[in-house]
Amino acid sequence: MIWQLDLIILTFVIFCGIGAITIKDLLGAAILFGAYSFMMSLLWAIMGAVDVSFTEASVGAGVSTVFFVSAVFRTTRRTKD
Amino acid sequence: MKWFGFIAVFLCGSLFIYGTVEFPGWGDPLSPTSTHVSPYYIEKTMEDTSVPNIVTAVLADYRGYDTMFETAVIFSAGIACLFLLRQMKRKKTDFRLYRHTATGITFRIEKGGKLPPTAKEFERIDGLWTPYDLIIKTTGRFIIPFIQIFALYVIAHGHHSPGGGFQGGVILGASFVLFAISHDLRSALNRMSEKLTAFFYTLGVYIYAGTGALCILLGANFLDYSALATILFVDPVTARSHGILIVEIGVGIAVMAVMVILYYNLVSAGKFDEGL
Repeated sequence: MIWQLDLIILTFVIFCGIGAITIKDLLGAAILFGAYSFMMSLLWAIMGAVDVSFTEASVGAGVSTVFFVSAVFRTTRRTKD
Repeated sequence: MKWFGFIAVFLCGSLFIYGTVEFPGWGDPLSPTSTHVSPYYIEKTMEDTSVPNIVTAVLADYRGYDTMFETAVIFSAGIACLFLLRQMKRKKTDFRLYRHTATGITFRIEKGGKLPPTAKEFERIDGLWTPYDLIIKTTGRFIIPFIQIFALYVIAHGHHSPGGGFQGGVILGASFVLFAISHDLRSALNRMSEKLTAFFYTLGVYIYAGTGALCILLGANFLDYSALATILFVDPVTARSHGILIVEIGVGIAVMAVMVILYYNLVSAGKFDEGL
């Protein structure tokens, strides 16, 4: 475990999380959420939990982003608040 | 209201962080989790089940009952999405768009009207977003077989490498989603209809629970795969390894079908007519 790499990825995770809840564009929020999941999967891999990392990468960064995008496609792209 | 939410989240978060202060250090060999059952798994997994990947052995064999209900959770997620979004009553859309394949002219058929049944050279296109997609279709057709092979590899190779039923099933479902995106929803429904997905996600749960029930019928505990040795004609240790493979296949089928049905419902708003 390299702590510099860990710190950089953790910073990315926090920024992606804050960005995903503050951004007005829901499509952008979906993409940021995918980036968040990918960074989390990198963190799991660094911590040695390769199976969890694989699940996070396939479910979080892969399929759930597609679900978010398709939900945005059927509803609206701008948030009200 | 926004500030109230922020303060509530902040308080809960700081409470959680305060709660982790007394946790044992990361990877501490003297922590309770590493001294209680972990040594047994690390030492005995190979001779009990002949599976090199301890995570898979714990997931599908030692804690197989947990994983069975995880599969049931995935199954009920698919059912719940179906109940929430599926529109049972067929409502006719206001208009339909057809494209003449040779010339690219788009026809708009109003409600009630229809094309003559002999018109084979027209293809139905979506109302919302209809670009020409020859490159996307061809690329999708090239990539999808590789994704599916990789998914099957992940399911079957879960004994030796990270992966297993959940991950492989998600990747397999993602390949069908890619097919639905790169072509259109109707051709995906022709390949993988709604009834077929319903059959698959029940089949996956049945394979898992049925393997457990088969172990009871053969005179062992529920999900004790060593009882399968008599019908698989192998020794009990290898039978546990094979049992893990069987339930992983069940999990993979269930997860794949649920991912596909979730996508269909979300992208067509439950109408199963037009999609992304």
